[in-house]
Amino acid sequence: MQTHPTTAPLPTRPQKPGPGWRYRTGVAVRALAAILGGYALSAAWAAALALMLPAVRVEAALTGTMMALAIYPCAAMWCFGARTALRAIVGLLIAGALPAAVLLAKGAA
Amino acid sequence: MKEGIRQSMAWLHTWSGLLVGWVLFMVFAAGTASYFRDEITLWMKPELHGVAHAAVPEALAATNAVTTLQEKAPKSQRWFITLPTEREPGLRVSYNAKPPPGESTGRRRNIKTLVLDPATGAELSAPRETRGGDFFYRLHFDLHYMPPIWGRWIVGFCAMFMLVAILSGIVTHKRIFKDFFTFRPKKGQRSWLDFHNVSAVLALPYHLMITYTGLLTLMFMYFPQAIQAVYPDRQEAFFSELFNSPPADARAARVSAALAPLGPMVEQASGAWNGAPVGRVTVAFPNDANATVSITQQTGHAINYDVPTLVFDGVTGKLVSAPAGHGGAAKDTRGVMYGLHVARFADPFTRWLFFACGLAGCLMVATGLLLWAVKERPKHLKAHAGRIGFGLRLVDGLNIGAVAGLPLAMAVYFWANRLIETGIAQRPDAEIRWFFTAWAIAAIAALARPGRPMWRIQLVIGGAAFALLPLLNGATGGAHLLTSIAQGLWPVAGFDIVTLLLGAFLLYSSHYLGNARAPKPARAAQKTDTDSKPELAGSNA
Repeated sequence: MQTHPTTAPLPTRPQKPGPGWRYRTGVAVRALAAILGGYALSAAWAAALALMLPAVRVEAALTGTMMALAIYPCAAMWCFGARTALRAIVGLLIAGALPAAVLLAKGAA
Repeated sequence: MKEGIRQSMAWLHTWSGLLVGWVLFMVFAAGTASYFRDEITLWMKPELHGVAHAAVPEALAATNAVTTLQEKAPKSQRWFITLPTEREPGLRVSYNAKPPPGESTGRRRNIKTLVLDPATGAELSAPRETRGGDFFYRLHFDLHYMPPIWGRWIVGFCAMFMLVAILSGIVTHKRIFKDFFTFRPKKGQRSWLDFHNVSAVLALPYHLMITYTGLLTLMFMYFPQAIQAVYPDRQEAFFSELFNSPPADARAARVSAALAPLGPMVEQASGAWNGAPVGRVTVAFPNDANATVSITQQTGHAINYDVPTLVFDGVTGKLVSAPAGHGGAAKDTRGVMYGLHVARFADPFTRWLFFACGLAGCLMVATGLLLWAVKERPKHLKAHAGRIGFGLRLVDGLNIGAVAGLPLAMAVYFWANRLIETGIAQRPDAEIRWFFTAWAIAAIAALARPGRPMWRIQLVIGGAAFALLPLLNGATGGAHLLTSIAQGLWPVAGFDIVTLLLGAFLLYSSHYLGNARAPKPARAAQKTDTDSKPELAGSNA
């Protein structure tokens, strides 16, 4: 993403020509990944935890839902902290693999 | 994103904060006001200031409520009785009223509410109609002039941005404790940053808690997937299990039967809770063979928001449900976090502490918004040959409209409460219209001329309007400060004192802006970004 290597202290963005389309696309992709991907990831974990946790169902559902509220901001931060936009998306996919597998397995059963 | 995690988190902090900051400022301000929702409502009904509040035994108050309800609505499906509390001395009763013929049957709209004297059951001299503090409470998460469900999604979206902004802000800070003890006044951008850090760090546990628990209050709406996963058929089953409540599909028998006296049930319930007072009594199908009476403990005697409820048979007066045992860990966690958010503790110290933290939150959001504009200004001046671009101008305008315009609008709401004549139709809506009209005018003016004079004008008007509220209160039938303090009427006196202080603070801010030094010579611009000029939004406009 670092299309404008600079030695000046950050966050200084180049002034005149604007940040450039590559930078802007990168930000847009990350924002979409954070908002939509982060939501999907948190929702998948919520449902998977509700199914997996060894507790009565009302307790499991509550725990899953409360965890989702913490997973979402962490996913958003990951999306903007990752070195490239591609890495951000790959990271979300890896983090979502386990809950997705749980949900698929339960759906098939 | 940027080189290093700290820089990228700083970027994220800046933008996630800015994009929703104006909504968040309103959410914080309205939420902070809501801690004193009952007191605000009382202030806005000056007719009730003089009413003496003798303590009445709960069983007697409940019996009086039933006498009145039997007269007013013997055939209603449900009665709701809210017993008096220290903060709300009136006895409130509501019942399902038949909708007038030809009108649609919205469930909420057909509930009629009366305020009674707990000692006699007589209707209290009708105070003026107002939404009072409830307006801020609803504005806090429902917004206004739109379906509440939209408001809740918008506020939830902004709250999630807030949580991201707080967490990334923590990562950004390498010297969180040092910052806490650092304040360099009158140093321009440096001072704003210090101020932002102090207000954020000082109340950081509160900010994290209030943002997370705020999302938690509506989490079943935002994340229904967990419930859907384990309750595929009926989601009502989830809520029934969560609240230990009887199934919602009970029906009237359509056989009339006398209602058992409520007094003994109230006493039995209070005894079962070691004397904790009763909050609310719900009578389902009064005067019917299937009548039930649910008695709920008063909130504010534990942090946990899920207060215990006992269910009695309405005809025999016998206890139907055993007192619920201990809930599960997740249930208790949710209940306590919900309770922390709404903070209905009986303890006034905690409420004042939360109020102070809420004000710190408002300052944190406001200084964060200002900081963006202050930081951006030198860059814009350089890039646009001494003129500021559209984006910065927009941010300046929105900053003034939100940070200076909102308090002004709140003060106008209180003025409208006393100046609009009583007894007109839709009076509460008229008060609210004054609030939004004032805010809209402030915002439009701010966007048209986003400069330092506009900051000063709006702060002066808002400050004067707040500072004069105690006088207005005395002049329009309320208990003024001298009598309210003398009589120990602290809810009213507290309102007047807080508005006086807020007004003084706003007036001082305006005065301070007028005295601020002219920008230092451009020497600073050659140094790093971080110590440039002592600028506030728009002094060059």
